[in-house]
Amino acid sequence: MSEERGGAGDSFEDRLKAARSRRGLDAPSARSGSGSGDDLPSGGSPWGIGLRVGVELVAALVVAVAIGYGLDWIFGTRPILTAVFVPLGGAAGVLNVYRLFAPKRGEGGGAHNG
Amino acid sequence: MAAEGSSSIDALSQFKLSTALGPIGASVNFTQSNMMMVIAGLLTLALLWVGMRPRAMVPGRLQAAAELAYEFILSMCTETIGPEGRRFFPFVFSLFFFILFGNLMGVFPYAFTFTSHIAVTLALSLLVFILVTVVALKEHGVHFFSYFVPAGVPKVLIPLMVLIEVISYLSRIISLSVRLFANMMAGHVMLEVFGAFIVMLGAAGAIGWIPAALSLSVNTALIGFELLVATLQAYVFAVLTCIYLHDAVHLH
Repeated sequence: MSEERGGAGDSFEDRLKAARSRRGLDAPSARSGSGSGDDLPSGGSPWGIGLRVGVELVAALVVAVAIGYGLDWIFGTRPILTAVFVPLGGAAGVLNVYRLFAPKRGEGGGAHNG
Repeated sequence: MAAEGSSSIDALSQFKLSTALGPIGASVNFTQSNMMMVIAGLLTLALLWVGMRPRAMVPGRLQAAAELAYEFILSMCTETIGPEGRRFFPFVFSLFFFILFGNLMGVFPYAFTFTSHIAVTLALSLLVFILVTVVALKEHGVHFFSYFVPAGVPKVLIPLMVLIEVISYLSRIISLSVRLFANMMAGHVMLEVFGAFIVMLGAAGAIGWIPAALSLSVNTALIGFELLVATLQAYVFAVLTCIYLHDAVHLH
């Protein structure tokens, strides 16, 4: 596909951008700032973001309740472990949401959040 | 997709499974959902195979689409995962196009959206989750478990944080599958509801015609919105897969 161009690895977007800037069609700083920074997992619109946050919160809670209930079922300690895991699940949900919006700058440096 | 009767809105019957391919399908429980999956896979293959057949230096439309698809996913892989991303390119590519064609075909009347079933999306996200975990274990061995110990946490809090991290890690399965499933199902329910409005209001005589026309315009807008959601959700699924693979390959 792009073999004949020699430069493997540069995508169509890059080549288009290069070509456009060669012809002076682009304002130079149109997209350079936010190239790979925000990788768009938030659905763009406020609705998409809201849905994502909701899903992340509930998902963590569901997993935590499932774990707690399962462990209760195994050990026969009916309400205790479920009750312990529910706040943990809430915390994990908040962590998920934090991850969603945490600044992910600096790939090499301080990217200590997954 | 047709509303059953015009007295009540039956928005969920469109997700009911039935067997396809006549008696053969019935005997092996081959549903219309499976049928659409097969078609989605065939369409992906056809896009690549038919599209790339001319092998023209200056591509035609279909070849350009195939090349754009290839480069789009390849750059997504290499940019998100890193240079190792090329290894996962086939997986991400098939995942993305399977979901994309599933979503897009669902917009057509009488078609079935297999991504509107949580069983399907859950299976897909489990596939991603298991792959990510296996890759991480293979790359890092036991060291993988350090992923659950965040840096810079006081020793006292480590047990708590590990638990929270494990829950957060496991919740990926749910959030990945529920997001796709909920988006697709909600869109189709909305389409069905407004479609039923058109029928019901249109049957109500002259008073209902203007609201019926309004519902029709809403439905038209919804179809466009549905196309956006279909593409976006396939993209989000693929990007999140790439991000998870990045975490698996690089740990943190």
